[in-house]
Amino acid sequence: MKKIYDVIVIGGGPAGLAAAVAVRQQPDTDVLILERDSELGGILNQCIHNGFGLHTFREELTGPEYAARFIRQAQELKIPCKLRTMVLDLSRTPEGLLLVTAMNREDGLVQLPARAVILAMGCRERPRGALNLPGFRPAGIYTAGTAQRLVNMEGLLPGKEVVILGSGDIGLIMARRMTLEGARVKAVAELMPYSGGLQRNIVQCLEDFDIPLKLSHTVVDIQGKDRVTAVTLAQVGPERKPIPGTEETIPCDTLLLSCGLIPENELSSRLGVDLSPVTGGPQVNESLETSVPGVFACGNVLHVHDLVDYVSEEAARAGAQAAAYAREQGNASLPSAAVPAVPLIPAGGVRYTVPQLVRPARMEDTLPVRFRAGRVFENCLLSVWADDVCILRQPKRKLAPGEMQQFNLKKSALPADLKAITVKVEEA
Amino acid sequence: MYDVAIIGAGVTGCAIARELSRWALDILVLEREEDVCCGTSKANSAIIHAGYDAKPGSRKARFNVEGNAMMDTLARELDFPFVRNGSLVLCFDEAQLPKLQALAERGRQNGVPGLRIVTGPEMKALEPALSDQVKALLYCPTGGIVCPFLMTVALAENAFVNGAGFRFHTTVTGLSPCTEQTGWQLVTKEGERFEARCVVNAAGVYADAIHNLVCPDRLSITPRRGEYQLLDKKAGNLVSHTLFQLPGKMGKGVLVTPTVHGNLLVGPTAENLSDKEAVNTTAEGLSEVMEKGSLSVPSLPYNMTITSFAGLRASEAGGDFVIGEANGAPGFFDCAGIESPGLSSAPAIGRYLAEQIAARLGAAPRENFQPCRKGIPCVAQASPEQLRALLSEDASYGTVVCRCETVTEGEIRNAIRRPLGARSLDGVKRRVRAGMGRCQAGFCSPRVMELLEQELGLDPLSVSKHGKGSELLAGRTREENP
Repeated sequence: MKKIYDVIVIGGGPAGLAAAVAVRQQPDTDVLILERDSELGGILNQCIHNGFGLHTFREELTGPEYAARFIRQAQELKIPCKLRTMVLDLSRTPEGLLLVTAMNREDGLVQLPARAVILAMGCRERPRGALNLPGFRPAGIYTAGTAQRLVNMEGLLPGKEVVILGSGDIGLIMARRMTLEGARVKAVAELMPYSGGLQRNIVQCLEDFDIPLKLSHTVVDIQGKDRVTAVTLAQVGPERKPIPGTEETIPCDTLLLSCGLIPENELSSRLGVDLSPVTGGPQVNESLETSVPGVFACGNVLHVHDLVDYVSEEAARAGAQAAAYAREQGNASLPSAAVPAVPLIPAGGVRYTVPQLVRPARMEDTLPVRFRAGRVFENCLLSVWADDVCILRQPKRKLAPGEMQQFNLKKSALPADLKAITVKVEEA
Repeated sequence: MYDVAIIGAGVTGCAIARELSRWALDILVLEREEDVCCGTSKANSAIIHAGYDAKPGSRKARFNVEGNAMMDTLARELDFPFVRNGSLVLCFDEAQLPKLQALAERGRQNGVPGLRIVTGPEMKALEPALSDQVKALLYCPTGGIVCPFLMTVALAENAFVNGAGFRFHTTVTGLSPCTEQTGWQLVTKEGERFEARCVVNAAGVYADAIHNLVCPDRLSITPRRGEYQLLDKKAGNLVSHTLFQLPGKMGKGVLVTPTVHGNLLVGPTAENLSDKEAVNTTAEGLSEVMEKGSLSVPSLPYNMTITSFAGLRASEAGGDFVIGEANGAPGFFDCAGIESPGLSSAPAIGRYLAEQIAARLGAAPRENFQPCRKGIPCVAQASPEQLRALLSEDASYGTVVCRCETVTEGEIRNAIRRPLGARSLDGVKRRVRAGMGRCQAGFCSPRVMELLEQELGLDPLSVSKHGKGSELLAGRTREENP
């Protein structure tokens, strides 16, 4: 008979590793990691700057060092993994198991049945085309992450005179990295009136190197037929439309784009997982289980995180829950009927929450809820409402879209006949 | 001395080369870019038109209808994707109905089969996402869609296998009659000279310049820019037919069409320029595409745009294709002004010109002409059985390099190794779609660059996007290059 895995984890980056470790720490639960790259660790491998692990290990680690801690745990727990393995499809067998179709060089095309699956495929960068940037299509236009891979993993320099569009964290990190490699970063332009990156990165990566950050600016033209020769920036008005007359042409050979990350859920969609139009990731409940029973999600495939420490924490919870689900699958005495769920509704300045649903009967005493603000707020209050009763109110000095926020939802604060939980920002 | 020199390796140049290779002739194709399909042929609507549009009796009408009819056999012989998805011409204004009827009548005169005007509920039955503002439409069942890259590549590969030579990075700048014998001398910007008994001018937007080197009657080609938006495959099923707009108050209109690969394409604009290199998109053009596209399909999800591009149509002042031996230049054959429906007409133009040239040169048929060509296996579209068979032959078809389009190492190596193989990132992209998906090469480009290095023995710093001048890297890091 074909082996049935308790849990298959799709993706061996920080989310997949922490999830798999958490699964394997449960008694008698087996797990398999499928990773498309040639090594575990995911994008952390190209993040050679430090600042990882302050929350998890109380240390400042580089990306590869942070990944190595989890890779070592996975090895100690003898978690099997298949590298250079691409998952092509996700479906359900007539017996109700999940079926992962994957392919690699050694095994060819394989179908692997599992009781539970953890989605940990991460995200991709928004490319030039999706930004509708007009102009030519020469060599020298890279997403910041691609440039990061070339520089940090291949030892290759994509350009020497650089303009960066977007002030997401990878863009900020790459402004510094390119500068350290001898390139000249002439400007970082940001469409919004605020940066999408962490404040510490603005200071350490731009201000420390005198790289100008041009807020409310965008690229309105890219010149050069074969290789970028210049880009034209313009200021944008309140509706984010370029203001005529504010154009400034900057000679350069490279344009890096750091304009947002998109969770990679093409595979999830094939199985019918409901996605949030706001996060681009699956809608999940308190157990980080998607709308498809037995399919869990964590890390940047669920929603884009700012710090990897939060990814690891979230993934560990997804792993524990997936393991529990797999055990219940084999235990017919446990009720599997639908448990009532209430929605978490983002309101007044809150863009989204994860999870989006809570089943009070299934939640632990304290549930961490993550959210992001829709714009910059200063000296405001975060309030959480169980129907029309306020169950939490916290002062917040500053909320910015670039920084993920969290509060703890207490099970004891939820009434028995709860209909909905609302999360909002109140301005002073 | 060659028998025939063809200037330009776009779809018409390659179609002529392939048809000429049926004859025992020594053929050379000269192309200024690094690959075939680098000009107008790579940036267009990818439509095989039914043939109702052109004026009856025109060369456009003739070659369009003939070319359309040749496509099924050609796509089968040369193994490139072609689908007869049918096209619809939308009429938004009852006052314009006579124009729609006139278009149908013109199509019948041109010999287009199956044309029919549709009104009422049948319109939405044909195309559910259609705008409520459509009052009537012309249904053209023979309209189709094709991959212009793979069609051109297939024609070129087949010509090559049948003996035609190709020279890239070779720009013809001078042309004059040979002094001692009948024939032509071609001089290139790169400093080479070639001689040929016959010359075919398939130089796209530069065909006027080539023609005017040797012919007293002048041609004048205006580059007419068309901008497009390409949407994610998630939006690819929104329409199944190619939707044209009947030219009306809002101008010529844009089309909305699925592509053979399952994306959705919206465009083009039409803007006469003087710069023959202006393949840049503009903010105005892209907004125009979006506005006009939404008239046909109001639910077009532009937030799923994965890329935009612009192409230049070679629009000749006379308004028709200029095809055949030029007056006063014996042995010099024009194939100029090949704007829409050029892609649709290319097979028929190729056959016509090949027959003329073969007759002129008194050529005998080539023995062992091989009419068929096998394309690169496509893992994304293979059935599990096909995939297993492929993997048992070559395990590298099991390593996915481009995750968005599921393109494997085996496919990429094949694209580089085969006759007239890819030499650049764009060359790989056009042949196997690596980098053509939603992340637009973000993840796979470093890996494809590495495969190009390995296969072609290149230094990383000389790997390019599309040939000389478009090198992707500026140097090595300090650690690698202390």
